[in-house]
Amino acid sequence: MTSEPALVCGRCERPLQLGKVAVTYLGNRFPVELLRCPVCGMVYVPEELALGKMLQVEQALEDK
Amino acid sequence: MDGQQVRAWEAQCIEEQPPACVTNCPVHVDVRQLAGHVRRGDFSAGLAVLARSIPFPGIIGRICDHPCEGACRRGEAGGAIRINALERACVAWAGQRSPLRPQGQRRKNKKRIAVVGAGLSGLTVAVDLATKDYQVVAFEAQDRPFDRLHAYDPARLPCSVIAADLAAVRGLGIDLRYGCRIGSGGAGTSLAALVEEFDAVYLGVGPAGFPAGAGVVALDPQGRIVVDPTTFATGHPKVFAGGSHRYGGEPYSPITSVQDGRYAALSIDRLCQGASLTANREQQGVFPSRLYTDVRAFAPAPAITPADPLQGYTKDEAIAEATRCFPCHCLECVKACEYLKHYGAYPRRYVREIYNNDSIILGNHKANRMANSCSLCGLCAALCPERLNMGDVCLDARQSMVAKGHMPPSFHDFALRDMEFSNSGRFFLARHQPGAAASAAVFFPGCQLSASSPEGVAHAYAYLQEKVAGGVGLMLGCCGAPARWAGRVEQLDATMRAIVAAWEGLGRPGVIAACPTCQRMLEEKLPDASVTSLWAMLERVGVPASRPLLRAPTFAIHDPCTAREDRVTQDSIRRILAKIGVAAADLDDPGHTTCCGYGGLMSFVNPEVASKVVRRRIEENPADYVTYCAMCRDNFARHGKRAVHVLDLLFGGGGADPAERPDPGFSRRQENRARLRSTLLRTLWREDMPTEEPKLELSLSPAVQAQAEQRLILLDDISAVIAHAERTGEKFIDKASGHCLASFRPVSVTYWVEYARQGAAFVVHRVYSHRMDLSMEPPT
Repeated sequence: MTSEPALVCGRCERPLQLGKVAVTYLGNRFPVELLRCPVCGMVYVPEELALGKMLQVEQALEDK
Repeated sequence: MDGQQVRAWEAQCIEEQPPACVTNCPVHVDVRQLAGHVRRGDFSAGLAVLARSIPFPGIIGRICDHPCEGACRRGEAGGAIRINALERACVAWAGQRSPLRPQGQRRKNKKRIAVVGAGLSGLTVAVDLATKDYQVVAFEAQDRPFDRLHAYDPARLPCSVIAADLAAVRGLGIDLRYGCRIGSGGAGTSLAALVEEFDAVYLGVGPAGFPAGAGVVALDPQGRIVVDPTTFATGHPKVFAGGSHRYGGEPYSPITSVQDGRYAALSIDRLCQGASLTANREQQGVFPSRLYTDVRAFAPAPAITPADPLQGYTKDEAIAEATRCFPCHCLECVKACEYLKHYGAYPRRYVREIYNNDSIILGNHKANRMANSCSLCGLCAALCPERLNMGDVCLDARQSMVAKGHMPPSFHDFALRDMEFSNSGRFFLARHQPGAAASAAVFFPGCQLSASSPEGVAHAYAYLQEKVAGGVGLMLGCCGAPARWAGRVEQLDATMRAIVAAWEGLGRPGVIAACPTCQRMLEEKLPDASVTSLWAMLERVGVPASRPLLRAPTFAIHDPCTAREDRVTQDSIRRILAKIGVAAADLDDPGHTTCCGYGGLMSFVNPEVASKVVRRRIEENPADYVTYCAMCRDNFARHGKRAVHVLDLLFGGGGADPAERPDPGFSRRQENRARLRSTLLRTLWREDMPTEEPKLELSLSPAVQAQAEQRLILLDDISAVIAHAERTGEKFIDKASGHCLASFRPVSVTYWVEYARQGAAFVVHRVYSHRMDLSMEPPT
């Protein structure tokens, strides 16, 4: 697990903050807390999440 | 999926059929299981198996006439397993036996059954029915049960063994009456009186005639009761008979007597319950086993002889003898296929799991990945004694999943987009030979050969143009195999319609296919076309004089799985190799060749299984492989196996050492196709090709390249992310490293790229993706 980088939004130049985001897949919608730009709302998905929990949920939903 | 078809598939798999030892036992003792317990030294479990089918295991363990041994397949490899001796060892070494107790539910109206004759058949009836809670009265003319058995040499069948078997059934409450000769007149009871008093009567009266039956049951001219050999019914509906009286008793067959008692008891139970006496009795008694077992796989080994024949096997001797049992299984397909092996069972189970998966309405589809991990190569059918093809099952399941909207999008997305690329304007092409207005033939090299060796394709096309009279057109595109493998019927049909239209546009020429998969697909979908392999065509027009190889090893020939049935092409390849002086030997029986791990799109759905498949194949022979499928060649190369395509040997183009040619990888495959098309259009048809849009200059270390390849992320995808980020400013900046992190979602996958600008180039540090979509609503 790599340590969380200190990211800023490329446009708004603001550090990211945790915020509520909706993720959707195959007609399912889940609220999650993710790092995002407090101004424009652009969301960051770290590699560990994409290839870990997110992939698990994707596969579980595909088998529904 | 169609339930009837599914049952037909299930019936084709014989792995669950009982082995010959079981089907040749009149009462179907599960000998294979018994031997398994003995092999592990668990004699109690072995006895439990025996006692499940035999009411008197001690006696039968000593004197059984064991028809099972005559059928034992070990007999073809050193000598039949001494099954009866193993049974005796189970009784001897099991320790304390638990006595039999009634198992049935208590019935309100107890039926009363009379058994005449306390021999093996009569007491088997008594035990079977008493276990089901019938009230059984047994009438024996002598003053002890099993009178006949006392005629055996006591060294073989000691009285103590008989006594122990009787003790075990004492708790069943059988009313044993000695000295009662039925129908002897005077003091004896008549058969008519028994029929009157009891709900059913069983006659196990020994081999002699039974005059006392006259007037109640039908007798033959010798005065013996006429008995139905299946139901053991007699001329009277309440009277049943069997044992040595039925079969004559010479030679005496203890196990046949037990069998008669067992199935007569079944009939009596059915009579008392008002059930059919005749239904579902096809597999009663001895029948031929359908289970196939390849005994050639086992080295001959002689039977173990007990050091003291009178004492029977010691524990160690019994374990050694049981270890000689193979045991019999079919599993021909499972032994040969890593996919079938991976899931730990065999096709009959898989068919059921896949069908259940297909039928499920609520809940998880647990077999989605399994149904989509098969290469569809058909090796199972080639090996199966009943020709069951798991590929048919899996393809049917996939088509059904697609039709129901249950196909996981992640399985085939990438391969289908690759196919779409090949049939888009970036690769698809159909032309007459330059300067010709008609085509006698058209060359169809296929998308993967063009991706793997565009130079080879260009050379082959140049050669065909020179040699084939009447003009050879060119068709570039994908034959639709990925759509078929993915179960996408509509996409396959659309692909085929485009191919047919292009082929008709060229005047319906003969097709020269370089790829065995394309060849199969085109033969099937263009039934009006004459489809020839490139190899047969080269033999017809003359094989080109090949360049000498720097290294000239003896190759092992890997026939692609799609050419398994195609002897014509297999022979063609071998003749061509001989003609150009390449030494090559068969890797194995070409009729049993295996998939390389790419077929059926298995490597996208289940990389773990695909890797097992390719590893197994490349470890079969240390020689360099020669093959004639580009995917096989590249898949071997990707896994470090030296391999050449026949085209490399014929036309060069693979460098000085074509066996070292690396797998191009997914990005370069597309690039190679696009470049082949534009190069040919420019050089052969003299068309001005639009200059390609300037591409971003990307720099990827080998590790990042491998990461992108493994995660199915193309250089085009990476470029799209960076271009989008640089155009819109939508990216994150890592203050510590200065790297940018950006994402882009062209259609259904979000790609993330971590990169840094270095002069004009973009250095890519890592890539990953997810399929979930994120809402980008502004923060509240």
